[in-house]
Amino acid sequence: MGRYVARRLLQMIPVFIGSTLLIFCMMYALPGDPVRAMMGDQAYDPAVVASIKKDLGLDQPLLQQYVNYMTGLFQGDFGTQIASKRPIADIILDAFPVTIRLTIFAFTFVTLVGIGLGVIAGLRPDTLRDRGLLTLTLVLVSMPSFVLGFLLQYLLAFKWSVTTPTVTDSTDFAQLVLPATVLASLSLAYVARLTRTSIAENLRSDYMRTAVAKGLPRRRVVGVHLMRNSLIPVVTFLGIEVGNLMTGAIVTEGIFNVRGIGVEIYEALSRREGATVVGIASLMVLIYLAASLIVDLLYAVLDPRIRYA
Amino acid sequence: MTIIDETAESPAPDGSGDTGRPLLEVRDLHVEFHTRDGIAKAVNGVNYSVAAGETLAVLGESGSGKSVTAQAIMGILDMPPGRIPKGEILFRGQDMLKMSGEERRKIRGSKIAMIFQDALSSLNPVLSVGYQLSEMFRVHQGMSKKDAKVKAIELMDRVKIPAAGDRVNDYPHQFSGGMRQRIMIAMALALEPDLIIADEPTTALDVTVQAQVMDLLAELQREYNMGLILITHDLGVVADVADKIAVMYAGRIVERAPVHELYKRPAHPYTKGLLDSIPRLDQKGQELYAIKGLPPNLLRIPTGCAFNPRCPQAQDVCRTDVPPLHPVTERDGTELAGRGSACHFWKETIHG
Amino acid sequence: MPDKTVEKKVEALPGDTVSTAGVVVADAGPAPDKARSLWSDAWHDLRRNPLFLVSAVLIVFLLVMSAWPGLFTSASPRDADLAKHYLGKPNWGHFFAPDWLGYDVQGRSIYARVVHGARASITVGVGVTLAVTVLGTVIGMIAGYFGGWTDTLLSRLTDIFLGIPFLLGALVVLNSFNDRTVWVVIMALAFLGWTQIARVARGAVITIKQADYVVAAKALGASTSRILFRHILPNALAPIIVVATIALGGYIAAEATLSFLGVGLGDTAVSWGGDVARGREQLRIAPHTLIIPSVMVSITVLSFLMFGDAVRNALDPKLR
Repeated sequence: MGRYVARRLLQMIPVFIGSTLLIFCMMYALPGDPVRAMMGDQAYDPAVVASIKKDLGLDQPLLQQYVNYMTGLFQGDFGTQIASKRPIADIILDAFPVTIRLTIFAFTFVTLVGIGLGVIAGLRPDTLRDRGLLTLTLVLVSMPSFVLGFLLQYLLAFKWSVTTPTVTDSTDFAQLVLPATVLASLSLAYVARLTRTSIAENLRSDYMRTAVAKGLPRRRVVGVHLMRNSLIPVVTFLGIEVGNLMTGAIVTEGIFNVRGIGVEIYEALSRREGATVVGIASLMVLIYLAASLIVDLLYAVLDPRIRYA
Repeated sequence: MTIIDETAESPAPDGSGDTGRPLLEVRDLHVEFHTRDGIAKAVNGVNYSVAAGETLAVLGESGSGKSVTAQAIMGILDMPPGRIPKGEILFRGQDMLKMSGEERRKIRGSKIAMIFQDALSSLNPVLSVGYQLSEMFRVHQGMSKKDAKVKAIELMDRVKIPAAGDRVNDYPHQFSGGMRQRIMIAMALALEPDLIIADEPTTALDVTVQAQVMDLLAELQREYNMGLILITHDLGVVADVADKIAVMYAGRIVERAPVHELYKRPAHPYTKGLLDSIPRLDQKGQELYAIKGLPPNLLRIPTGCAFNPRCPQAQDVCRTDVPPLHPVTERDGTELAGRGSACHFWKETIHG
Repeated sequence: MPDKTVEKKVEALPGDTVSTAGVVVADAGPAPDKARSLWSDAWHDLRRNPLFLVSAVLIVFLLVMSAWPGLFTSASPRDADLAKHYLGKPNWGHFFAPDWLGYDVQGRSIYARVVHGARASITVGVGVTLAVTVLGTVIGMIAGYFGGWTDTLLSRLTDIFLGIPFLLGALVVLNSFNDRTVWVVIMALAFLGWTQIARVARGAVITIKQADYVVAAKALGASTSRILFRHILPNALAPIIVVATIALGGYIAAEATLSFLGVGLGDTAVSWGGDVARGREQLRIAPHTLIIPSVMVSITVLSFLMFGDAVRNALDPKLR
């Protein structure tokens, strides 16, 4: 187990480097220039631009820039935002907890409601209840989060005045309910569908027949034998969804004006602040990789047939 | 034309207080499945009975309804699409089909247990065998986790799994095929049931392991004086362990007989065909007999005798009239105990 | 990834078709008289599936709309008439007239914009799906068939791309382009999205590679390309198609989301996502400017998802 974790951690390094390098290249190698973006449309002196670029290290070869950047990152130096002159680390420290709160909230929602709906549907496959829930999840999946977000914002805030249209205090859980629901909806629908399929499939397995033949009460047949098997793929999926929820926050935070990582990265992008974008993106990659490692370990715990190799 | 009355069965050989009443009796059982292509009639009026200590072998090809009958007895048929439109399944005289779900559950596992063909898929892959064995004691007898574990190890010892104490926490995939089937047997045996249904218990195993598992099963059956229904398509497996045989074809019993009599003198062309298709040393050099044709489609069972399209002796009557299970007699009319044949020409077949 | 001793069986392999007759087959003897292939069986199922029929009709409708928007409206989506600005609410009775669905903030006919916006969504959705299917299948097949270091290398590459959240990656890439045509958007999304299909294709190929008929073909001396294209590809196709059809809806949603975020198609393009973004300011006073394109996005995504779902159910008997 320990050796497996060590090996996986080692394997994560090239993937981390690869992913961040890719983002770095996409940010810097593709057309677009942060210094010019900062200057806007005003006339500029090429010499000034060049000297600013030199200060920022933007004149060096791309790979050198990447190495410099990553070296800084691991010393806790995320760099400085060009426009606001604030250290990027500060910005991340401010915004991150907000997104984390929102994500955890949404994740809990996804897990509880998603699995719950999936179980309800999957236990009676092909009944009216099952088809109804499947259709509901399909509708949820087909609503991009901005659609659902505005719809709920319009109905709940403007039409019925149940909530405020935007979040004014991100530490107030009541205010986060709406954005978390919107953020959760897509994953929730997927989790419900996956759970449903997994349950319906396992329901017909031989070991379920054995469990019934053993004279176990239905509660136990379903609660122990069925669930232990059916939730394995769901757990895997949930782990991967953590990353998607965090990026989904870009849209959701924008709609509800939650000052989290999503809004920061979006604003940094429109100003072409490479350092901020890559910094936040690197963090997201790291979270994604950590989540997938945890999922793999969990997988092995849940399914004894999987051996560490 | 008399049809054998199943209730007039000879008393149970164990001489217990229950004499005269078989442990399990299946009466005129019908099972059908509703599929996209129509109604598949899997079981069409099966009658059989088992007494304590007795072994009934149910023989038939896949699709003959032998497993479906067993699943109906266990109450593990998928309903829907399955349906039991008609019939009775009496366990100690009580019709299980009329019992409540809870009553049936209490019988399952503790009074009637089942051994499945494929132990790998039939055991839960993510629970240790110890857990799955001790579950029987915990659920049916309310035993504590610790005590149940001790019982589980005992059980594994009983079925001769080496180093049971060390292996109790292993998972099904960590055992060999033979060992897994032993675990299945142990699980069925756990609560010392009155009746065990073994559905092709050795089909998935190597030939050498097959014999070991069959011997073990027979030994334990004798020891606990259990009734055993052995479902198989392999005539070879049956000969040594069974007391009587019921041969099934297209959801019906076509012949029944005490085991050795069936081998000596089959009274149904289908049984005859099955026996003739076993390779024999004394027929070296001859071509092996094979029953021609395919098993019937259960959605469209042939009219009359279901076997008629494949039967070398088929006459016009076979295509129109369904033959009932005739009692089989000697040439002079002396009844042969426990024998029956659902063939219009049983006389010709047995005495022919 | 841990070495999974039990490789999860890839959806819908040819061997599974036998189980389509339902539970009975376990003990029902011979298959129905007519031999049914996976594909004819699937088609038989699809024709009877109301979800499939409804979605197919909707999709045909949307395809026609994106190909010939002129059939639906003569109004131009770009003609702005401030006299009819967004307070011009929908006239629900004026079917198919320019003012049917009202006007947006610049006084453009929302109906005309919705009709003309279909092309962007459909082109991007279909384009990306085709691109990722080809790219992913090729990469996945190579990785799965050749194994060894080729597989290791390609799998790591897949991991790297998977490590980048899709939406974030798309934002970064598209943000670099000032002139975002349909092709730029398609390429950007395909560049980031091929991993899913590659994984499925790889898994399917690995399973099929071990099938007896492939081993037999190899033993008979069939060439690599023959094995790949005659034996493996046709059998790996079902799971790939399943994933691709479902992904299609997702890409349409992604395009709309990116347009909404201002990095989809350029500002001059007519697209539903862009219209939603522009309608945002009027959510309180003129919600129809936002809701109508939103509904169009959802209906389109829903149609493709239902379609994909029906195809999946038909091709994967295990799920039935």
